[in-house]
Amino acid sequence: MGAQLRIYRRRMRSVKATKKITKAMELISASRIVKAQQKVSASSPYARELTRAVTAVASYSNVNHPLTTESEKPIRAAVLIITADRGMAGAYSNAAIKEGDQLIELLKARGLSVNTYLVGRKAVNFYRFRNRKIANSWTGFSDNPTYKNAKAVSDELIKVFIADAQTDPNGVDELHIVYTEFVSMITQNPQAKRMLPLEVVESTATTGLLPMYEFEPNAGEVLNALLPRYIEARVFNAMLQSAASEHAARRRAMKSATDNADELIKSLTRLANAARQAEITQEISEIVGGADALASANAGSE
Amino acid sequence: MANLTVEVVSPEKRVWSGEASMVSARTLDGDLGILPNHAPLLGVLVDGKVKVKAVDGAEQEFEIHGGFISVANNRVSILGES
Repeated sequence: MGAQLRIYRRRMRSVKATKKITKAMELISASRIVKAQQKVSASSPYARELTRAVTAVASYSNVNHPLTTESEKPIRAAVLIITADRGMAGAYSNAAIKEGDQLIELLKARGLSVNTYLVGRKAVNFYRFRNRKIANSWTGFSDNPTYKNAKAVSDELIKVFIADAQTDPNGVDELHIVYTEFVSMITQNPQAKRMLPLEVVESTATTGLLPMYEFEPNAGEVLNALLPRYIEARVFNAMLQSAASEHAARRRAMKSATDNADELIKSLTRLANAARQAEITQEISEIVGGADALASANAGSE
Repeated sequence: MANLTVEVVSPEKRVWSGEASMVSARTLDGDLGILPNHAPLLGVLVDGKVKVKAVDGAEQEFEIHGGFISVANNRVSILGES
């Protein structure tokens, strides 16, 4: 076997092994997308009821709450960016980080200073590599977030929101979240949304008349207890959607890696075949040439 | 007499749903007993047990932390963190 043939065979073996790995990752990601979507729909009854309750309190009482009051002169904003912990997810994390950068530019243009909060090792590494300041970060759960994780993140964010931005260097006047919305299996888009202060939108078109609720013990207490839960639920929803988007992006990336490996194997096979045939041809011509030379040498000596 | 449609939900999933004849819970103001045709109500729950008396007589108990109860039109929703 010639040297060239051996090289081709070695390369084919390694590409085939890689293809097995990427194919396995593609299938695992595909099954995880489905699970992540189920988690999103399982969490929606809670989110729906909570939203209805908050709407009810907000519309039937004029309770002011620190979480709904806009500051007249905002000086600092907090931005939460949700990315992945692991790689091989194509452009997923980078797209979210880029969207976060654009949002930060916008906020800076308005005259606000920005504190950044990160979820996901990819964002943490990105920021650390560029020596950017990180206010706080959480890692380890980006592909399978639980409500506890969402609670930990939103507890900290609510705390810095309630703190007075003028006196406390950690306090912020606004909170924005950058996450990747899972529109469908094919479409996932990074989104930047403002979470706090919550806007009480006067809408004349209500989805059915809300009943005249009584509030126990009183509207203020109910709002006090409901609003942090509402923020937690929205952060949780953002995390779940980001997780689903991460799996979808990884599935796509692994699928194209597998397809590329296939192409490579095909072209290497052709090259290996050509090399094998060239070798055989060379052997045959050597034999024929040798036999010919022998025959003419014998004929000459006679 | 009409029954209550009860849903007990946590942020991660719907824990229980079904028909009940009575729901009892404890709020910051005291114990609540919800019977069919109760007035609409939104309340903050004290951490503890919520009892649901199902139509088939079985009594379900749920341990709720950081919860709310919402009653309207014979629909009772109990939201809790765990």
